[in-house]
Amino acid sequence: MKLSQGNRDGGAAQPLTAGVTAALSVSHLTKRFGDRLAFEDVSFSVAHGEVFGFLGPNGAGKTTTVRTLGTLIAPTAGSALVAGIPLSAANGGEIRRRISIMPENPGLYLRLTVQENLELFSGLYGLASPCARIDYALEAVNMTGRSRDLCGRLSKGLRQRVGLARALLNEPEIIFLDEPTTGLDPVVTREVHELINGLRQRGVTVFLTTHRLEEAERLCDQVAILNTRLLTVGRPDELRGTLFHGALEVETAAPLPTPEAVFNGEAGVDGWRLRGTASYVLSVADPRVAAPKVTRALVAVGADVVSISESRHSLEDVYLQMVDEDPEARG
Amino acid sequence: MTGLDLGRLAAVARKEAREYRRTPFIIGAMLVLPLVFLINPALVIFVISGTMKSAAVAKEVGSTFLVLLIVPAVIPATIAAYSVVGERDQGTLEPLLTTPVRRGEILIGKALAPVVPSVGIAYLLFALVVILAHFFAQNPAVATTLTDGSHILAQALFAPLLAIWSIGVGTAISARSSDVRVAQQLGTLASVPPLAVTALVSFQIVPVGVWTAVGFGLGLLVIDVAMWRVVAAMFDRERLITGSRAVKAAGAGTSSMPPGAVRRIRSVGGADDGGGDA
Repeated sequence: MKLSQGNRDGGAAQPLTAGVTAALSVSHLTKRFGDRLAFEDVSFSVAHGEVFGFLGPNGAGKTTTVRTLGTLIAPTAGSALVAGIPLSAANGGEIRRRISIMPENPGLYLRLTVQENLELFSGLYGLASPCARIDYALEAVNMTGRSRDLCGRLSKGLRQRVGLARALLNEPEIIFLDEPTTGLDPVVTREVHELINGLRQRGVTVFLTTHRLEEAERLCDQVAILNTRLLTVGRPDELRGTLFHGALEVETAAPLPTPEAVFNGEAGVDGWRLRGTASYVLSVADPRVAAPKVTRALVAVGADVVSISESRHSLEDVYLQMVDEDPEARG
Repeated sequence: MTGLDLGRLAAVARKEAREYRRTPFIIGAMLVLPLVFLINPALVIFVISGTMKSAAVAKEVGSTFLVLLIVPAVIPATIAAYSVVGERDQGTLEPLLTTPVRRGEILIGKALAPVVPSVGIAYLLFALVVILAHFFAQNPAVATTLTDGSHILAQALFAPLLAIWSIGVGTAISARSSDVRVAQQLGTLASVPPLAVTALVSFQIVPVGVWTAVGFGLGLLVIDVAMWRVVAAMFDRERLITGSRAVKAAGAGTSSMPPGAVRRIRSVGGADDGGGDA
């Protein structure tokens, strides 16, 4: 999938709030449906051109948050600036003009062709040159030549692409993608990832709701984990550093006769444990500082070192740690 | 419903018309029902004897008008009952509502697509009955009665007003329903009451005249306007998406925050902010 530079169409104007640096600023946003709490006290900020991952278990309130920011649902409390515009009923039309939301189900009119689906939305956005925009959007998702196909006859992957093309029609400042790769094969998934990267390069802010943590880790500049309340928000590296102590994994050709003599007291090593027969996991403050010292200590006692590497925690580790620690998740 | 954008309205109407054209059920209803409703008026024309007095002829022909008005009363309700719940069913409602389209544009665009063919069919049927009466009726009073100015006026006024009622009530039921079939059955049922009013004129329980037709027409217009106001109120984005309407907290209003000010979780309450329909 490719994205070329294109002129903004349909008379979209600059944000109403001058000097705004964040594409999306959310402050203490809360939504209740009667007695049921959808999400509570959610606050975060997304910079222009950032890919923001929104993670959380089923029922955490992710989709409701997206619908609220997309002006489909009114918040019960809190405030937000979406594309620089205060979230309010009065600004609903203007906000919707500047954003796009692609729900998990692309929601295409199956009796209409791809072209007819896109013509409808071009009309709804009031685009000045709908044909050019449709061609651009179809090219961006590699669907040129399929415009006359009935949507009902397209595969799930192709429908997802048409949904993405529709989301690109109005050249949104912020694009909300709700589980965009669910049910897609690896090739199409990779294409969607390329499209998201292309959007980022063009300065489009992407709000990505996903269950696929490797996807979030690969694509997102910043992630938030929601479980009715916002559990954490930050860059993946920051979250790993905050949650997990640094660790070194040491493997030797043979078990060390006295590992405690090697590791205990070594500067920078806070503790160690044996994993397997000749592997050791060392808890360290800074792996980059500790690794050379540990290597020298091992060589000094005549150990045959097979490998020394930094043990990296994935975003999945962060996610599981946060959700497991959350009292809501534990019930 | 002020400040409607004709381009968006046309986009919705064009989409609806395209969908109808490719939906066998709708095409079938549009073609078969009018033919069925044509049978009774045609029979009446042929059965009335040449010796029947004009007053009796007028009474017999009255039922013809009622049958012809069933088309604009029933067909649009069946179609309109599908319009919202059908969109919800196939997952197209949410993408539609995420665009800048206003509720008035959606409602009028959706209404235009069935109103135009339904009223057109009703007028066509009426013209067909008049032509049949003119050439084939044994009693010349049949054609005279049918082409009487007050009858034509009644037909011309009642057909679109009944269709507008019918679509409104169908859309209202569709907006609150979660099942397409139930919505269509209820929509058809709900289209009947105003038909009863026109029956008073058709069966000459209330004597037909220009002012009677205009009076009943105005009555239907008032009912239509009131009913569409209710429909517009029901067509709330949040209600359509979630099934419940937003409840605003005290002190609700627009508020903004310094951009980029919040990056971490805080546990302080905030102001209310709306995000509903524009």
